[in-house]
Amino acid sequence: MKKWYMVTLVGRDQPGIVAGVAQALYAGRCNLGEASMARLGGNFATMLMVEFDGEIPALEAMLEEVSGRMGLRCHVDAIEAGLHCHIEPDVRISVYGADRAGIVAEVTGALAEAGLNILNLETDIGGTEENPIYIMHLDGVAGRGAAALRSVLETLSREKNVEARLVENDLLMG
Amino acid sequence: MAVLEILVYPDPRLKQISEPVETVDQALLDFIADLEETMRAGPGGVGIAAPQVGCFKRIVIVDVSCKPKIPHHGRLVLINPVIATSNGSVVGREGCLSVPDYTGNVARAERITLNAWDETGAERVYSMEGFEARAVQHEMDHLEGLLFLDRLVSRRDIFRRKVYQKPRASVSKPS
Repeated sequence: MKKWYMVTLVGRDQPGIVAGVAQALYAGRCNLGEASMARLGGNFATMLMVEFDGEIPALEAMLEEVSGRMGLRCHVDAIEAGLHCHIEPDVRISVYGADRAGIVAEVTGALAEAGLNILNLETDIGGTEENPIYIMHLDGVAGRGAAALRSVLETLSREKNVEARLVENDLLMG
Repeated sequence: MAVLEILVYPDPRLKQISEPVETVDQALLDFIADLEETMRAGPGGVGIAAPQVGCFKRIVIVDVSCKPKIPHHGRLVLINPVIATSNGSVVGREGCLSVPDYTGNVARAERITLNAWDETGAERVYSMEGFEARAVQHEMDHLEGLLFLDRLVSRRDIFRRKVYQKPRASVSKPS
């Protein structure tokens, strides 16, 4: 029976990482599932669902050459894969403001208390070195309704000097 | 009346361009009744296009009246629809009866006017906005062999650019 693994790769970004890793896995008879890859502060970080017949050491060995060549640290975990069972986010929220320590903790803490289950979160730091700004996008499920989240965002916006916006996903099924 | 089988991507027929309807006859009306029944049998479906059931004619049905508090025209049968004008842009999440277990964000015009025949073959003009306009655009894409997958926007591009002014509360109402 085929088994699923989560492969995490982190390293200095350079062209060719995705192709190199994908080719090594394909050559090793792996099947790729869902993946998330991002360039974060000049580093490349990947989480990759891999379906493979063998055990963890064999999968690690398969990735050794490309990891060494491209300066990647590789980590493999056995996982239970849940394909074909996506959870639909029903809200999307953006928050931005002058960058300072604690923004993510304050915003996500308050939203969690108001019932938000975060499915996806991406943050960026923009602006200038002297005046950095923090931009956060998240998708989630409003466990206790969007009104509770909206109320929390209004408070954050007022008290923590951030800009916040919530949009309800009015899913169109056609 | 019958619930028809819905084509599911990667069925290549979903990429086919549909032909205009020449005349409205009883056979066409019977098909439209089946198409509507198929739409209403689907989970949460607010629209359907003829090519989704393998009939490559320019017919779509939209009915968003189940959504609370939005402007709409009720049950709409649009034959040979053509969008005459479109304004604004809004991003919303879409799924499709022909694309199971996946939804994504798509940019659509916020307001449209369109010309179409109704079920008597008479020319009609509609002006619509918001959810109903998005639904019509989604269904009309099927007539061109396009799926919402052809129009996905990146997660990083989904927020409309807008200038906020302090100190008013900047949490806005749903779009």
